[in-house]
Amino acid sequence: MGSTTAENHGAEGVGRRDLIKRSAALGLISVPTMSFLSACASGGGGDEEGKAEAGKKTAKNPLAVNDSAQMEFVLFDGGFGKEYAEDAVKVYEKAFPDATVKFSATQKIQSTLQPRFNQGTPPDLIDNSGAEQMDMGVLVGKDQLADLTPLLDAPSYDDPDKKVRDTLRPGIVEMGQFDGEKVWILYYAYTVYGVWYSQKALDSLDEQYPETWDQMLAVCAKAKKKGMAGWTYAGKYPYYIPFSLYPMIAKVGGREVLDAIDNLEPNAWKHPAVKACFEAYYELQQKGYVLKGTPGLDHIQSQTAWAEGKALFLPNGSWVENESAKVIPADFALTVSAPTGLDSSDKLPFGTIWASGGEPFIVPAKAKNGAGGMEQLRIMLSEASSKNFTGKVKSLTAYNGGTEGITLTPGLQGGVAALEKAGDNVVNPRIQDWYVQLQKERIGVAGLGEMMAGRITPAEAIKKIQGFADEAAKDDSIKHYKHQ
Amino acid sequence: MQHGKYRFIVGFLTVPLGLYALFVIWPFIQSIYYSFTDWTGLSPEFRMIGFGNYERMLEDEVFWKSLQHSLLFAVLLPLVTLGLALFFAFMINVGGRRRRGGPVISGVRGSAFYKIVYFFPQVLSIAIVALLFAFAYNPNSGAINSALRAVGLDGVQPLWLGDPDLALWCVMAVLVWSTVGFFVVLFSAGMASIPADLYEAALLDGAGRATTFFKVTLPLLWDTVQSGWVYMGILALGAESFAVVQIMTTGPGGPDYSTTVMVLYVYQKAFRDGQAAYATTIGVALLVVTLAFAAIVMKLGRRERLEY
Repeated sequence: MGSTTAENHGAEGVGRRDLIKRSAALGLISVPTMSFLSACASGGGGDEEGKAEAGKKTAKNPLAVNDSAQMEFVLFDGGFGKEYAEDAVKVYEKAFPDATVKFSATQKIQSTLQPRFNQGTPPDLIDNSGAEQMDMGVLVGKDQLADLTPLLDAPSYDDPDKKVRDTLRPGIVEMGQFDGEKVWILYYAYTVYGVWYSQKALDSLDEQYPETWDQMLAVCAKAKKKGMAGWTYAGKYPYYIPFSLYPMIAKVGGREVLDAIDNLEPNAWKHPAVKACFEAYYELQQKGYVLKGTPGLDHIQSQTAWAEGKALFLPNGSWVENESAKVIPADFALTVSAPTGLDSSDKLPFGTIWASGGEPFIVPAKAKNGAGGMEQLRIMLSEASSKNFTGKVKSLTAYNGGTEGITLTPGLQGGVAALEKAGDNVVNPRIQDWYVQLQKERIGVAGLGEMMAGRITPAEAIKKIQGFADEAAKDDSIKHYKHQ
Repeated sequence: MQHGKYRFIVGFLTVPLGLYALFVIWPFIQSIYYSFTDWTGLSPEFRMIGFGNYERMLEDEVFWKSLQHSLLFAVLLPLVTLGLALFFAFMINVGGRRRRGGPVISGVRGSAFYKIVYFFPQVLSIAIVALLFAFAYNPNSGAINSALRAVGLDGVQPLWLGDPDLALWCVMAVLVWSTVGFFVVLFSAGMASIPADLYEAALLDGAGRATTFFKVTLPLLWDTVQSGWVYMGILALGAESFAVVQIMTTGPGGPDYSTTVMVLYVYQKAFRDGQAAYATTIGVALLVVTLAFAAIVMKLGRRERLEY
C-alpha cells in the first residue's frame, strides 16, 4: 500500500483512458486490504511430524537438545540491535558444533512469522517485539506457544545447583504466565518505568525530587517561574502517562487497586485512590505545569523538548536513554525516580516503582527444535551474556545481577538505584500486555489523553474508562485473565 | 476467417482472466468466507460463527466512527481536490490575460513554472509527505505555529493533530496538498486537447472567464473529471488515507477516535488485536462502500458524450 502513487504518475501526460484503466485496477487492488490476509490462512498444520528427536540429557545439556538438529532463531531488530543475540548464537554453535543455527533479525515480526504460524512451521525461538508484535493473548489462547517450565527448572548456565528461575529478577516468571502455572513468555530485557529527569536541572532549581504531591506542585511552580514547564509526555501516545500514574495509584491505594484494574473488576477505576491520582495529574494540566503543545507531540518530539530543558519531568521507560541519546546533553545527569505520591497516608512507601520485562521471547508449540530454542535462552540468561547485553545496549536483563564490573551509563545507574530503593515494592500492571487495545487506544488515548489535554475532567475520564473496562470485560472476542 | 474467432479470443483471454480470478476474485471470496469465522490470524484453527462478526460490527461504535470518516473523505476530498485542480488547470491553460500578438488563449504569467511546482508533491511518497506534515503540525516547534508566532499571533497556537476538532481536517489538508498536482497535470492535458477555435468563438461572443469555464471547458472535460472523481474517491477510501492517518495522527486513530478510518481499523483489528476474521468483516463493509461510491459517481456523472 501507499506506493501506488509513485508508479502511476511518472509521466506527465497520462491519458484519460489509461487513467480509467489504472483507477479500476488500483481500486481492485487497494480496496480489499484484507484480502491478502487470506493468502496466508488455511495452511494446515504438520503437528508432530518433522520434530527433532530429543538428544542425550547430560549435565552440560540438561534440556536434552539434539546436537545435530537445526535451530532457527528470529530476533526483533529494534532498539537493542542484534549483536547481543549473535554473540549468544556463537556460544550455542560452540556447544553444539554439529548443529546449524539459522539466525535472522527483522523489524517485521508479524509479516514474517504470521504465515508460518498459520502453516504450522514456526521457528524455534522468537523475540516477539516491536510495532509488529504478535498478540500474545491470542497466541496463548490458541495453544501456539510452548510451556517454558522445563527451561526455568533446568540448572542455570553458571551454577548447576541453581535453577534458571532462581536467577531471574522479580516479576519475570509471573509476567510469562497468563492463567495458571504454565510460563509462556520469557522477557529478556528488564525495563524500569518512572519519572525521568535531569538531576542538573533539578539542582539548578535548588530542589530535591519531590516525594509528596504538594512538593511536586511547589517544584513545578518554581520551574515555571524560570520559564520551564514541569511536565511533558508523549501527547500523541498518551499511554506513556501510566508509566508513572499506575505506580502512583498503587502507592496511594495499595497493589490491590491495580490488580482489580487488571482483572477488569466492576468499579475498579472508581476507587478513591484512582480518583485522587487522576485529580493530581489534572491539577498539573490546569495549573499550566504541562509543557504547552504537549498533546500534539509524539514520543520523540516530547523527549527532545524535555532533553532541551523545556520541561523537567517525563514519564517514560529505561529505553529513553538509548532512544534519545543523540539529543540528551552530556552533562544532563539523567536519572529516574519512582513516582511522587500524595502524602504520608499513602499505603506503600515512596520508592514504589513499575518495573517489568521487555523483549518477550517465545518458543512456539509447533517448533521443530523447541529444546534448542530453550537452550539458546538458557545461554542468554548466563551472567556473561547478560553482561554483554547490558554493556552493549544500556539496559538491564532478566538475569538478577550482571551489573558488577561494567561501567553503567547515568540512566542505567539511576534505574539500578531506583530498583534498590524499591526493594519488594515493584509493581507490574498487566493490563498493558493483557489488553493492548484497551490500555493504549481506550484508556490511553481516549481517556488519559483527553484529560491531560484538559478536554475532560477527571470524573469524566474515570467514567469513560470504567465504561471501556466494562465493555472489555463483557467482550467475548478477547481472552480474559486474572491475577493468581 | 470467421470460424475459430472465439477460440482465438478465448485463447488470449484465458491467462489474464485466470490471473484476475486467482489474485482478485478468489481473495474476495476468501475474505467473505473468513468474515463468517472466528479466525485470529495467528493460528490455522478457526470455526464458523455465522453472522457473529456482522452483529458485532453493527454495534461497534468505533466502526461507525471510522465509516463516517471514510464517507466524509470519499465525498469531500474529491470535491475539494478536483475543484482546486480544475481551477488551477484553467488558470494555467486558459485563464490568462490576452497579450498583444500572443495566442488567443494562454495561461497566467509563469504558468509553465506553476505546472511544475504543482506536480512536486507527486514526486514524494505519501509516507514522506505525512512525516513532513507531522513535523509541520508540531504545536511547539512546527512550521505552522512558528509562522503564526512570527506574524504576532502568539495567542493562536492550535494543537492541530492533538485537537479532536481539528485533527481530521489536518489530515484531509495533507491529502489535498499531495494529490492536487496530479489532477492539475491531468486536467491540463485534457484542456490542451480542446480545440482553440471553440474558445475563440466564445470570446467573440463576449464570454468572460467564468462563462468560458462553465460553458466550454467543464463540459468538454467531463469524462476526465469523472474518472478523476472515482480515482480520488478510491484513494480517499484506501491506501492514501491509511498512510496519512497511520503515520501522522495520535494513537494512531486520532484523539478520541477523531481520525480513525475504515482501512486503519481493518489493519488494527487484523495485525494489532489478532482478530483477522473481524477485520475481514470490516473489509467487506469497506468493499460495499467502495462499490456503492463508484456506482453513484458513475450514475450521477453520466452525460452525453460530446464529440469535437
